[in-house]
Amino acid sequence: MIELVKTENIPFFSHLSEFEKGVAGKGPAWLQRMRNSARLQFAKLGFPTLQDEEWRFTNVAPITSIPFKLEAYELDGLKREIIDGLRFADLQCERLVFVNGCYSPELSFVEESRDGIRISSLSRVLQQDAAAVEPYLGRYANWEQDAFNALNTALMQDGAFVYIPKGKILEKPIHLLFLAATRGTAIASYPRTLIVADSNSQASVVESYVGLGEEVNFTCPVTEIILNDGAVIDHSKLECESARAFHVATLQYHQERSSSLGSHSIALGGALVRNSLNAVLAGDGAECTLDGLYLVRGEQHVDNHTRLEHAAPHCSSRELYKGVLDGKSRGVFHGRIVVHRGAQKTDSKQTNKNLLLSDDALINTKPQLEIYANDVKCTHGATIGQLDKDALFYLRSRGIGEEAARSLLIYAFASEVVRRMKVGAVQRRLDEFLLGWLPGGEFVKEAVQV
Amino acid sequence: MLEIRNLKVKAGGKEILRGINLKVNVGEVHSIMGPNGSGKSTLAQVLAGRETYEVTEGEVWYDGKNLLEMAPEDRAREGIFMAFQYPVEIPGVSNLYFLRSALNAIRKHRGLDEFDAMDFLTLAKEKMGLLRVDENLMSRPVNEGFSGGEKKRNEIFQMAILEPRLAILDETDSGLDIDALRIVAEGVNSLRGKERAIIVVTHYQRLLNYIIPDYVHVLSEGRIVRSGGKHLALELEDKGYSWLEEAEPKRVQVV
Ligand SMILES: Nc1ncnc2c1ncn2[C@@H]1O[C@H](COP(=O)(O)OP(=O)(O)OP(=O)(O)O)[C@@H](O)[C@H]1O
Ligand SMILES: [Mg+2]
Repeated sequence: MIELVKTENIPFFSHLSEFEKGVAGKGPAWLQRMRNSARLQFAKLGFPTLQDEEWRFTNVAPITSIPFKLEAYELDGLKREIIDGLRFADLQCERLVFVNGCYSPELSFVEESRDGIRISSLSRVLQQDAAAVEPYLGRYANWEQDAFNALNTALMQDGAFVYIPKGKILEKPIHLLFLAATRGTAIASYPRTLIVADSNSQASVVESYVGLGEEVNFTCPVTEIILNDGAVIDHSKLECESARAFHVATLQYHQERSSSLGSHSIALGGALVRNSLNAVLAGDGAECTLDGLYLVRGEQHVDNHTRLEHAAPHCSSRELYKGVLDGKSRGVFHGRIVVHRGAQKTDSKQTNKNLLLSDDALINTKPQLEIYANDVKCTHGATIGQLDKDALFYLRSRGIGEEAARSLLIYAFASEVVRRMKVGAVQRRLDEFLLGWLPGGEFVKEAVQV
Repeated sequence: MLEIRNLKVKAGGKEILRGINLKVNVGEVHSIMGPNGSGKSTLAQVLAGRETYEVTEGEVWYDGKNLLEMAPEDRAREGIFMAFQYPVEIPGVSNLYFLRSALNAIRKHRGLDEFDAMDFLTLAKEKMGLLRVDENLMSRPVNEGFSGGEKKRNEIFQMAILEPRLAILDETDSGLDIDALRIVAEGVNSLRGKERAIIVVTHYQRLLNYIIPDYVHVLSEGRIVRSGGKHLALELEDKGYSWLEEAEPKRVQVV
């Protein structure tokens, strides 16, 4: 605490003591120790500045200038209909809902636990069976290096825990919905999610962050996903918070032998969004696809940092991040691929493509390869472009209006990532969002109707 | 139907068309021939509304309307169609979806009912049959991965669907084998009629054996240097463009 007190003149810190009171002395000893170290680590690291290599293009100072509050949510006015009317209404599945970081049993729907499958709030697991998460929680996400990750680790109270036992195949996806319900208060929340897929199990998880209310808020989630031997996980993260939201997220994947991961990271809302995604291919023959899409306009700022580590031989990875930037928006894509010594026969391909719709939009893209093995196949490429004028003229010369033609081309660009999503309901929802986002969306909808 | 008066066009600071005069009446087929770089595609693109070209002088009237003031999509809706010399690939946009949207945009403009997916498919299948284009190809993204010949046929397929009043074909014959050429010519000829006009840009007499023009014009260095009947094309084929230069004193370029 001492270290934090010294910096009390930073408005951001006002809510931290409240948080700390909430977690002080709670939970098992190992967790208290971890929180403590993380807190000290955060104090040591401090907020990143533009001088930090990993934060050169993303200024977090606006976050530190706001005196956020913790607000326990009240259910009134936040009825189930709101949830139903929200994203993926047609996704019939188990759903954990969190409001301002706290689990809401009333809004959630979880089936009786069966065959060892566990889908529950993290707070409950920590109270009742902390041993179930002890081997994993905080062991993969690297909070020693990252201030926001450390902050979450020090302050986490709630979030989701999903455990899929050996050989279990979940037919339906699991939806984790994190709502920021501001109602006039600047809310901060630190949701923590842990997903463990044991050997040869299979599941889809959709993690979505949605804003209710127009007040500024700060969401600082950390998600750890561990795939044991042969596990297959499809994970979508959708960030769709309000226009004034700050969203700084860490996503950590860890893959053992022959496991397979499909990751889809979509950033749509928010004033400032940062996704730090780390994936470690730790076991032989593991494979992953990392897809990303960001659609921003106005003064939005979105920063995707991905770090993919090939730490074992015979692994393959495919990364495709696409961005559409309009208005005065800013985008950052930094994709680092590290091939460790001994990770022979690595097959890795990274692509980042950006479409700038206005002269004032800006993207900073930087793919990086670090290769310490000699028998590998790695390619990467980044493009920044405007709408293809020839294509635009071609469409218009056939009678399609300018706005419609532009929208059609943007749609074609972005929908490549949307089509690769596996959960139908999410794909449809995203498609709707994309159509709604485009000025000529109505036309495109007509045009692409089968 | 179309009247071009003293049209002068620049691109990249360079004067490409240096005063074109051309009149096309309803029902006529005109052929424009000329050496590489003489400005044939420039003329076609300007008529279709390409904005990269700067019209510095002259006017173009189409059905009593000032064509140069119209947006490309409005020209298309008013019945102008240009088959591109180099059709553009558009990844992610399905050929058939795109074409149905185009057709409906045009029909809407004319106050006609829009085609629903089923009706459109029926129409498209009929035209695909006539022009012998591959159905699988048509449901792929626009021109993506098409061979040169497939792209040209796709242009004619689009024309057959959109049924323009004024069709401008820019070297649609190049890259086609003789069978494809015949099919394309049939497609074009089926559009011939009292209410339409066609401008065929080509290098070779070959296509004109199948699409017999009423008039042939020779474009050279941005001017129409010779106009005549269909025999002019044969003569050109025989003697080459240099024959024209001999026949006509070469204009001195004023810098
Ligand atoms: N956008 C442009 N900018 C600069 N120069 C251009 C542009 N478009 C065409 N040109 C030039 O104008 C001249 C005429 O080109 P155009 O394509 O109209 O010729 P063409 O008669 O169609 O030739 P071809 O028979 O090879 O198709 C050429 O010298 C060409 O390089
Ligand atoms: Mg040409």
